[in-house]
Amino acid sequence: MSRLEGPSGGRRRVLQVKFVPDDEVLKHIADDTGIKVRKDKPQPSINLKRFVKKLENISDDEAQEILQEKNYVATLGICAQDPMGNGTGVSGGEVYSFQTPKRSSKMAELASELAHTPERSVSLDHSKGPDKTAKTPQSSNLFLLLMHVFSLQSKKKEFVSTTPYRLRKRLAAPDSYLESESEYSASCSEEEDEEDQQEVSTVLSGQKTPAKTKAAPTHPPRNSLAKKNKEEKMSNPVEEYFEAHSSSKVLTSDRTLQKLQKRRLNQETLHDLLKKVPLAYAAEIKELNQQHESLFSKWMLQLHLGFNIVLYGLGSKHDLLEKFRTSLLQDSVHLVVNGYFPSITVRSILNSITEEVLDHIGTFRSPLDQLEFITKRFKEDSSLKLYVLIHNLDSQMLRGERSQQILAQLSSLPTVYLIASIDHINAPLMWDQAKLSLYNWLWYETTTFSPYVEETSYENSLLVQQSGSLALSSLTHVLRSLTPNARGIFRLLAQYQLEKKDNASYPGLSFQDFYQQCREAFLVNSDLTLRAQLTEFRDHKLIRTKRGADGVEYLLIPVDDSTLTSFLENQDEDV
Amino acid sequence: QKVQEDLNKQLLDNLVSFFSRSHSEFQEKTTEWTCRMKFKEIPTAALVLGVNVTDHDLTFRSLSDFLQNNITPYIAFLEAKDCPGIKNLMQKLMGQLMNCYIDVDSLEDEDYVQVSQNRIRCSMSSLVKWYESVTKQTNSETPSKKRTFSSTHWQSPPVVVIFKDMESFTTKVLQDFVVISSQHIHELPLVLIFGIATSPMIIHRLLPHSVSSLLCIELFQSLSIKDHLSTIIDKLLLTGQFPFKLGGKVLQVLINIFLYHDFSVQNFIKGFQLSIVEHFYSQPLSVLCCQLVDLQKRVNSLSHDQCENIRRLPSFRRYVEKQESGKQVALLTTDNFLKEETQKLLEDLHVYHENYVLVLRCLYVFTSSLPKYPLGKQIRELHCACLENQVWETEEYESSLQLARMLNKSDLVTMLQQCVEILLSSSRKEFDNTVEKLKKFLTQFQNLEAEAFQEQDVSVSSQKEFQKKTDLYHLQKTLLELKESRRSKKLTKFEMLRFEVVDYIDSLVRKYLVPADHRTLHEILYFNTAAVLRGHLNAAPRTALHTALNNPHWYLKNQALKCDGGSISNKAPDICIVYKLHLECGRLINLVDWLEAFSTVVMAGEEPNAETASSDQMDDIIHARFIRAVSELELLGFIKPSKQKTDHVARLTWGGC
Repeated sequence: MSRLEGPSGGRRRVLQVKFVPDDEVLKHIADDTGIKVRKDKPQPSINLKRFVKKLENISDDEAQEILQEKNYVATLGICAQDPMGNGTGVSGGEVYSFQTPKRSSKMAELASELAHTPERSVSLDHSKGPDKTAKTPQSSNLFLLLMHVFSLQSKKKEFVSTTPYRLRKRLAAPDSYLESESEYSASCSEEEDEEDQQEVSTVLSGQKTPAKTKAAPTHPPRNSLAKKNKEEKMSNPVEEYFEAHSSSKVLTSDRTLQKLQKRRLNQETLHDLLKKVPLAYAAEIKELNQQHESLFSKWMLQLHLGFNIVLYGLGSKHDLLEKFRTSLLQDSVHLVVNGYFPSITVRSILNSITEEVLDHIGTFRSPLDQLEFITKRFKEDSSLKLYVLIHNLDSQMLRGERSQQILAQLSSLPTVYLIASIDHINAPLMWDQAKLSLYNWLWYETTTFSPYVEETSYENSLLVQQSGSLALSSLTHVLRSLTPNARGIFRLLAQYQLEKKDNASYPGLSFQDFYQQCREAFLVNSDLTLRAQLTEFRDHKLIRTKRGADGVEYLLIPVDDSTLTSFLENQDEDV
Repeated sequence: QKVQEDLNKQLLDNLVSFFSRSHSEFQEKTTEWTCRMKFKEIPTAALVLGVNVTDHDLTFRSLSDFLQNNITPYIAFLEAKDCPGIKNLMQKLMGQLMNCYIDVDSLEDEDYVQVSQNRIRCSMSSLVKWYESVTKQTNSETPSKKRTFSSTHWQSPPVVVIFKDMESFTTKVLQDFVVISSQHIHELPLVLIFGIATSPMIIHRLLPHSVSSLLCIELFQSLSIKDHLSTIIDKLLLTGQFPFKLGGKVLQVLINIFLYHDFSVQNFIKGFQLSIVEHFYSQPLSVLCCQLVDLQKRVNSLSHDQCENIRRLPSFRRYVEKQESGKQVALLTTDNFLKEETQKLLEDLHVYHENYVLVLRCLYVFTSSLPKYPLGKQIRELHCACLENQVWETEEYESSLQLARMLNKSDLVTMLQQCVEILLSSSRKEFDNTVEKLKKFLTQFQNLEAEAFQEQDVSVSSQKEFQKKTDLYHLQKTLLELKESRRSKKLTKFEMLRFEVVDYIDSLVRKYLVPADHRTLHEILYFNTAAVLRGHLNAAPRTALHTALNNPHWYLKNQALKCDGGSISNKAPDICIVYKLHLECGRLINLVDWLEAFSTVVMAGEEPNAETASSDQMDDIIHARFIRAVSELELLGFIKPSKQKTDHVARLTWGGC
């Protein structure tokens, strides 16, 4: 709440009143807002006159006018207090302030009541962002603002009937000034008009047509600029943080990629497409790389003097390191570790050292033992030199504390030369003082701007496009090799999971229930057969089991719903 | 490069000797105190070492070396990372003790050790058994075979267990270990040493009372790290031994890293090493950075190119410009003449440095006792100030001279004596004059003292005379007169002398403490590119990323990328556009909206005549580019996939920074 108490008194007033909404009036207004606003807008001066006369009997129309004027006043009052003419920013802030949870739920309710389309519940939080959607949320915000102003009004009129008059006087003079100065509110009201039209004809469906989205771009830059201003104003990052995390509920538009009529790209087509795109600024990037390459001999010297080298900066450093390797390390023993590879572990790194560099056959009980062995060998034989190149030292698999400790100890050996690259913004947090001193880093900034082709190709987490087809094909593939009974079992589970897909906290199907269902479908005859079957699934990573809080085993297919649906469809076709 | 190797070695030697010196006192105490071991209590030493964890390694190494040589051969050295559980701890302990044993008498008993190592179960009792057998053996053997260590070791040498980083041990392990070993303290004279980085309170926090009561703890405080630093600076920088010197800015960077980041002497040394490497690597003339003895030879072997290099040095150019025209021509054309001149200049530089250090110390004597320390408490601060610019032009110097003019006599005298000592300690003749002068000052002060003494006598006697008179008015008048005259007379004498001294010091400072940048050919000996050093030691990867994303022009020197601040340019690389768009969002980002925004921005730049025919293909390409950019952002850690809502990603950073 304290955040809302800005410097402007007007704003505070608005906020105070907000807590006493007059539901009846609100609803009343809500019914005919759409048309009224448009009607009133063109002649504010006439409205003013009329208003003076009919102060006592305020009809719905007047209420609407007042509401609109108040809306101006709200922005105006801020304009007046802000001689810099930054009214746009502040009004943005005011709108923004609606986001506190208590009201935002109400807002959403009201807004949806008004708009009758689910899309309306979009918060303005989102409007800050992508230009395309800016239009919709803003207008709905304006509605919200209107509602509030009106509720203020409705309260005011109970006791001070002269207030509007005073307000209007203030309003009258700077009206034109307001138009030019406060772009935000101006554009808002324009948009409001559009919005109203849309609403009356209920054009809006859940999905925007491409034509419409292309029409939009004339407005957004301005709006986003205004928002920018505002962002700069509250430059305190701490505040921004809490701003972003204050509301437990984050509102964004409900659009999903599925509704977007575009086929999902898989990895290969993605690659092909990207190949067609010429690399932007190739010349400059090349120049950058050449700069970095001129440092190679220096790196070599420093590596030999006991330092280790870490590269940071935007862009893939894979090629750079590769070039370093081919140009300087051709004749020496070196080990390249692709940290971005999803199944890399410290153990595999150590194994490759012991097996391939030291020609040691045998296993070790723990990585620590292995490390000790390596240390001993390297200390005994000082002619043994090893260059270790690690791409993405900060990757998922290697960023753990223990693996870093082991790598640090490895790198601290005088004849092991480590050169690594990091990309993650928080990568330096991996290391504490002790590890840093073991690593003995020298930092080099190598911003290459080259795309992370290798590094990102293993990431299937990027929900956008990739994994879907792959998972589906592997599902069908595995299932095809199973017995009909097993297929049936899996189907049961999949169907059950799809039924429960709306339940966010769905833990999975408990084993007992599943057994019951399978028995009813004559798929298994005993507990044991089901278990055997499930083990097979688990081995193929088709299902996942986990124990709930009550000790019951829950089964879950770790595939997203859409893939599962299409899988079932496929199955039906097959059958 | 050789010079540098020598340097490094020297450096380490310095450190080790320093550490062992600082710890020798503990050791003596430890020995005494382990004698009076108490019943059932394990003697424990808690070493409070401060937060510079990285330096502890050296300390402990020297400590264990020392113990090994003087007290006991049985030392185990445990680190938290090796001991996740009590079992591992015991294994490690056993292993180390056995190895120790092998080291000490490696001649025989190989098989015995083998046996004990093969034993998988390592328990305290086996340890005790081992210990008994070992001590018995040594006891029986010592008379026959004169061992080197036997003279210093007792009959039953204690087993020392060092816990290097006590804070990171798990509580359980420590407790168990203490309890178990307290059971066996009769058979096994165990001594524990805890290395503590924070405060001694940690022992009580880690161990409950019942456990800590089993320990008999004595606390030792190691020297503060700042003292370490000053010793190192003293030994490395303020001597004439090494030709290589650090420039003012570099030193400032190193000290800042030390004070504000890690307090690690090791890192300081690392920085020093790095600057040496950097200097020798980047400065082609660093060949000349050598001891005076070799200078002649190296100067003579300079090639023509190197001579050209010398001529290109800015400081040398300044020097040439000051010479008369004939000499200028000679310097710029004849290599041989240049070589002679260079040698002379370099020798001058060496001399300058020696003088500099001496005068610096003198000045430090003066300033260090002034109230509020206008020129810094430590000599390193003074050193930095002097290197940075002409120290006598700074305000701080002014104020410190003001203060020096108000010193009382005894302080002044002691300071002068100290200065004389410092100057005498050098072998150079140049300072003979100065010493003479200072000595003269001293005698003058002594004279003054005598005079003042006499005068006091006089005044006292005169006062007695006054007391005889009873005329109040007269008394007052004469007293006033007396006072006035005394003040003017006596104070002027002392004050004049004092002014003289201060002025003399001032002149010394002006003569000798010229910043190194003003000397000709300083580039050869002084390393001054602080930016490089800072970049390598104290890098800011986050900043680099943000600059690259926000302002690609910084890296890609393309005119099209000149950005006008804030707005999103459609010509920027894809990832920059996507990044900027994501900055505008809240905690969650809808991918669809993001994609649309992206394509709008990108399309805005392309010519609109690419009509519907190719737009489908276009869309796909944009889509692909978007995917790539987003996954790159994910790799960089700006976003992560979110399960909260379909097709949403969560933002991991906030603010526009």
